[in-house]
Amino acid sequence: MGQALLEINELAVSFSTQGGEVQAVRGVTFAVEKGETVAIVGESGCGKSVTAQSIMRLIPEPPGRIKNGTIHMNGKDLASLSEKQMRGVRGKQIGMIFQDPMTSLNPTLKVGDQLTEGILVHQKISKNEAKQEAINLLNLVGIANPEERLNQYPHQFSGGMRQRLMIAMALMCKPELLIADEPTTALDVTIQAQIIDLFKEIQRKTGVAIIIITHDLGVVAQIADRINVMYAGEIVETGTVKEIFYDPQHPYTRGLLDSVPRLDGDRTQKLIPIVGSPPDLFSPPEGCAFAARCDYAMDVCLSHDPEHTKLTDHHYTKCWLQDKRAQKPF
Amino acid sequence: MLKYILKRFLWMILTIWVIVTLTFFLMHAIPGDPLDMGDTGSSDAASANLAAYYNLDQPLGVQYVTYLKNVATFDFGPSMTSRSRDVNDMIESGFPASLQLGIASLVFSVISGVFLGVFAALRHNKMIDYITMIIAVIGISIPNFIQSMLFINYIAVNVDFFPIARWGTWQHVILPALALASGPMAIIARLTRSNMLEVLTQDYIRTAKAKGLTSFQIVVKHALRNALLPVVTIMGALTAAVLTGSFVIERIFSIPGIGQYFVNSISNRDYPMIMATTVIYSTILVVMMFIVDILYGLIDPRIKLHSKED
Repeated sequence: MGQALLEINELAVSFSTQGGEVQAVRGVTFAVEKGETVAIVGESGCGKSVTAQSIMRLIPEPPGRIKNGTIHMNGKDLASLSEKQMRGVRGKQIGMIFQDPMTSLNPTLKVGDQLTEGILVHQKISKNEAKQEAINLLNLVGIANPEERLNQYPHQFSGGMRQRLMIAMALMCKPELLIADEPTTALDVTIQAQIIDLFKEIQRKTGVAIIIITHDLGVVAQIADRINVMYAGEIVETGTVKEIFYDPQHPYTRGLLDSVPRLDGDRTQKLIPIVGSPPDLFSPPEGCAFAARCDYAMDVCLSHDPEHTKLTDHHYTKCWLQDKRAQKPF
Repeated sequence: MLKYILKRFLWMILTIWVIVTLTFFLMHAIPGDPLDMGDTGSSDAASANLAAYYNLDQPLGVQYVTYLKNVATFDFGPSMTSRSRDVNDMIESGFPASLQLGIASLVFSVISGVFLGVFAALRHNKMIDYITMIIAVIGISIPNFIQSMLFINYIAVNVDFFPIARWGTWQHVILPALALASGPMAIIARLTRSNMLEVLTQDYIRTAKAKGLTSFQIVVKHALRNALLPVVTIMGALTAAVLTGSFVIERIFSIPGIGQYFVNSISNRDYPMIMATTVIYSTILVVMMFIVDILYGLIDPRIKLHSKED
């Protein structure tokens, strides 16, 4: 293991609403090494996007706030930086790509302006140098005629092209970490494949570490080195791609994998959903958050929150079934 | 672009022609006659002479054609009330004051309205927001003629700096312009505020923030431009509000503009004057709408300014 680039420790994020406090993220811990790709998967509302936005401190405050925990980037705690210091991190050390490329670009500004404004803030370079850098990046992300394209507006680009623009924009200052929040969700399948290939190529060329947030297990299988499975604001299982796909240990992970439609096998077979819905994060349950939907739930699951159990060097799961004190079935 | 401007220009002329025609016939449909001054003892022969002088003895159709010809050459004919001056003279003497007042209040209402709106949005649900919106509600709900009288009574009378009435120096402009601008300013402030609030939640604002831009850069470069589009849209209507407001304000502050002529000409059935002021005001309005459309294209590149064949 190399030196960790990003270390998140016991991160808790809450939003205060009129109905009370929503505990969107409840004690998330994970690390990202230099140059690796870490995926965060989970269903809608499990806190994956909030986790990502908390790293960049982009959650709207108020109502949101980082309640607890640290986010160390190269040894510096981002959670405790001032807004001004944080501006020096955003875009420069961490680049971010958002879900919907149709709405994430400003419709009234030329693409060139939007690409170069970040680097002009962070580095003392001339507009021409910034433009040159933008042209290089547009070449890297596979946009033809970059010089001409810089003078166009976002509406003159297709969805896939706009996502390429977003990626180029996030890479302008050569960040060490790229956070991609559902980067392929708003795109159709063929474009998704191109964008995933692009991520891989960029990582090979620049060595940037990537955190990819998605609910699409197909995307994860293609791109990630390690996977964090999130449920109800917690990481319930973490491991390498192989460990998660071939040896899932948490019932939720298994449920997720089972619910993926299969192209081989019986076409008449119905999809296997995970029955029920996630717990109310206004008042998370005392025991395991998944217990209510879990086929294997035991008494202990309802009353006591499970601890993280180490299975291998990378593989951890938060489930009583894997606890060392649990009875072995055979 | 040139083709578009040309096309719009033709439409503007057409619009003004329709307004002129409508006004002409409506005006003649009003009961009463400019030469009918009650029992002044003037002879029938004198009346007939006057009618001939003003072309009033001819059939309406002929009068209309003659009138159109005159308007096309910017000759609005002699006035019926101040017999010694013709309408062009009166307008030339009154127009500069009206124009200064109109421009001053438009500029003031746009600048202050946008500023107030932006600050209110940035301090949403805080003190500045509430104060701004209270000012806006006052601006909308107190009619400008009441405001003018309050200004005169409490400001102009007590502060020597502000003249009570008349026209001449730049100090004369301030109070009437303020009274005239407060309504539009309030509308712009409210509109800017609500648009800013909406734009600030957009994804591209988050993108801009993720690039490490300062709040100031985000507001000025990314938010304001998008928030101003609807404000630009109502500029045409606000210009109309300022124009009609100016009739009253000019009267209260005794400003020698054309507003007074407009109002007086209607009660006097001063046909040439009614027509002249209508043409001028509608031209201003139509030109303003044209400017608004051009601004639209400049602010939002998605709006293309050319005819469909291009």
